[in-house]
Order: sequence, then C-alpha cells, then structure tokens
Amino acid sequence: MIGAGPAGLCAAIAARDMGARVTCVDSGDRPGGQLVKQTHKFFGSRGQFAGKRGIDIARILAARIEDDPMVDLMLESTVIGFYDDGAIGIEHGDCLTFLKPERIVCATGASERMLAFPGNDLPGVYGAGAVQTLMNVHGVRPGKAVLMVGAGNIGLIVSYQLLQAGVEVVAVVEAMPQVGGYDVHARKIQRAGVPILTSHTVKAVHGTRIVEGATVWALGSNFQPIPGTERCFQVDTVCLAVGLTPLADLLWQAGCRMAYIPELGGHVALRDENYETSRPGVYVAGDLAGIEEASSAMIEGTIAGLAAARSLGHSRPDFEERLATARAELAALRAGPKGEKVRRGIDRLMRLGREVGIVA
Amino acid sequence: MTDARITTHPILEFKEGKKVTFTFDGREMEGYEGEPIAAALHAAGVRVLRESPKLNRPRGFFCAIGNCSSCLMTVDGRPNVRVCTEKLREGMRVETQRGKGVLLAND
Repeated sequence: MIGAGPAGLCAAIAARDMGARVTCVDSGDRPGGQLVKQTHKFFGSRGQFAGKRGIDIARILAARIEDDPMVDLMLESTVIGFYDDGAIGIEHGDCLTFLKPERIVCATGASERMLAFPGNDLPGVYGAGAVQTLMNVHGVRPGKAVLMVGAGNIGLIVSYQLLQAGVEVVAVVEAMPQVGGYDVHARKIQRAGVPILTSHTVKAVHGTRIVEGATVWALGSNFQPIPGTERCFQVDTVCLAVGLTPLADLLWQAGCRMAYIPELGGHVALRDENYETSRPGVYVAGDLAGIEEASSAMIEGTIAGLAAARSLGHSRPDFEERLATARAELAALRAGPKGEKVRRGIDRLMRLGREVGIVA
Repeated sequence: MTDARITTHPILEFKEGKKVTFTFDGREMEGYEGEPIAAALHAAGVRVLRESPKLNRPRGFFCAIGNCSSCLMTVDGRPNVRVCTEKLREGMRVETQRGKGVLLAND
C-alpha cells in the first residue's frame, strides 16, 4: 500500500484480513494521512464511522494494523520511483530501499489546486489543508485574520476550525453562484457571523514581503469580473480551498493508462470495478482514483485490498459478502444530488475503460 | 511561547514538547523538539522562508505536508530541506535559502 491515509489503511486491513502480507508505506510520521487534522465529525454511514471525528478514525484504523506481524508499517518513507520491473524505490532519511511487491495499491491522495491572481505567491497564501495541518496538528495559528477562498466542504470546514482556534475569518468567497459544500457547514459559519460571498473571487493579494490584504470582486453570469464591485479586506492570511487534484505521479511512471476527467479532479487512472488499473497488479484507491471524500476513500481501499489479495489466491468465507457490502455502501454514498458530479465522472471513466478493454 | 500558539481549543489538546533553541539566520529562537521547523518559525512570526531562484520573490510554505517544495530552506548547511516536515532539533542552524542552493562536498 502506497499511502497510509483512509484508503491505504483500509486496503491494508482488507488485504490482511484475507491473509495477505502487507507493507504500508507513508511519507508522514503517523498513520492516517489527512485524517489526522480532521477535527469535525464525519457524515455517511456507520461502516465509515459516521459521527466520529477524523482524528479518532485515524487512530481506530491504525490500531487495526499496528503490532500485527502480517503488516509492516513504514512511516516517514516516501516512494520516489516505480520501475519497469515492478520494483518501487523507497526513501527513508538518507536511505533508499527497494521493494518488489506482488500487488500494489496506490493511495497517494491529492494535492491542493492553485488559483491565478496577482500576489498568489506571497507568504501567507496557504492551502486550506496546510492551514489545517498547522493549527490542528501542530497547534500554531496561521495568522490573525483570514480570507477563505472557496465554499466547498473544505473551505467551510476549515473556516469553522479557524474560528475554533481563535482566528478571525473575514469572509469566504466562492466563484460559483451557490455554496458547494453541505448546508450544515455553511450555516455554522454564517451563524458565527462570517459572510459567504458567492459569485465572488480574488482580484489580487497585496503585500511587499508577506500578505497584508486582499481585494475581491463580484463575478457576472459568465464568470467575468465586474469592475467597480471591489472590496478590500485587511488580512494576513489567504486560504485557498479551490479543489484538489490527484497525486498521480507514480501512476504515470508505472505506465498506467490515464484519462483527464474534470469531475474527478484531473488525471485519473483507467480502472475496473475492483480498482485495478491497466497495469496488472496495480490498484488505485481514495482521492488518487478520483477526488471524493474520506468515507468513499475508505470503501475504495477496502475493495482494492480485498480484490488484490483475492487475485493472489487468498480468501475467506465472507469475501463475496464483504465486497458486495462495500460496493453497495459506495453506491449509497454517491447517491443524491451532491454525488451527481462524481457519478458522471465515473461513468465517463468506465466508458473509456470499456473502449480499451480494461473494463469488461 | 507566542500568541500564535494555541493554548485552549474546544476539541484538541496540544502537549508541549521539550523546548529547544535553534537559530534562524543567526537569530536565536525557541521551538518545541520534534515539531516541523516551519511550525516553530511561524509561531515565532517568521513567514518568509526562502527567495525564489529567478525573481528573488519571497516564499513561504504552501502545502505543509512535504508535497509542494515551497518551503525549501538551508538547514545545518544543507540546502533544499522541506521545513514543513523536517523536525526541529536542539541547536539547528536554519537559514533563508536564496537561489537553488549549493550542495556541499561529502565530508
């Protein structure tokens, strides 16, 4: 398993439960990936720990593999190369080691998107996830006053967490005419007095050495900025929550067939129902397979882990049942209007997969 | 240590590690052992970590999880260290990185 976030950990648990030996490699210093900074309670179903906070889910999942002789957890270890013979190179400190697993589940997650505006490179313009790490993992406030860019779930949740950490959030701007995240998250910050400016974007961020302020302006119906609508905010931090894109470098190296699917966040690997890519024995799961949520990442990891172990000849009596349950839970998570975009993206991905014979 | 440090939080509890001393561009500073260098610097009010190689624009961190390389600094003479993940230790010499950094000969 490359990555010990929600997808990688669930893949490790599922494959181990089937009787496979597992090595789980992660660049972080603790298992859990980005769960380790999620202080909010999760939605979804009980199977994916609804009602529990991400920080606790990370501990629960990690406890299921820690001290298990079948699972080797390699932390502070970065996979830096995928070689033609199927070996992967792992950097740990000043050491480079090689591993040649029979199956690989790639669950490297995603990186944050940038937004183009003057001053976007000034210190103080930070990814929303970075701000979350700084304050929720390391206990340091990112600044005194923050402008949040993006009203998807990440922008809304991190805004609330900034307030919890005692940081002022002057406003949330969102280019779309409506809030992208769940209403419950939006209402929480609105109740706290934070305005959400829809159909607005950043015009520029000001400052000589660090962020000293930001100007936003309104967008017309075709996303053209409207001159004369500028508003200035005195902030020392601008937080970008404008989406994620899969961290797919290893898949490109592995020669997996990729497709650009905007609904899934960018380039993703073509894969079958079991999340196996065009390179036999290489599976994907989590945000790398298409940007969604931690809940879906956990289920995808379970499916990939079960399938990878099964293909090695491992099994257990409830294998079929577990796989069917996972598929049903995933479909339930993606049902409803908020899952429409993801469903559309996956439909396209599967259609492309059928065209090239990856999907039956 | 500074007001950037969160001391009370409705959900989280932050255990303070061992206090250590390090230098930033020769200035003595304090942080907690094992926290990322960038967190210690940020808590001490330092946001500019390096200058971009071509236009010498100031750069801070961006992703905070070791992916993006925005936070490269020179640590104990070694350039291109990602200080958002590199852990702070007693006596570290942390310097603003200018340019691409020069590799030292093996000693």
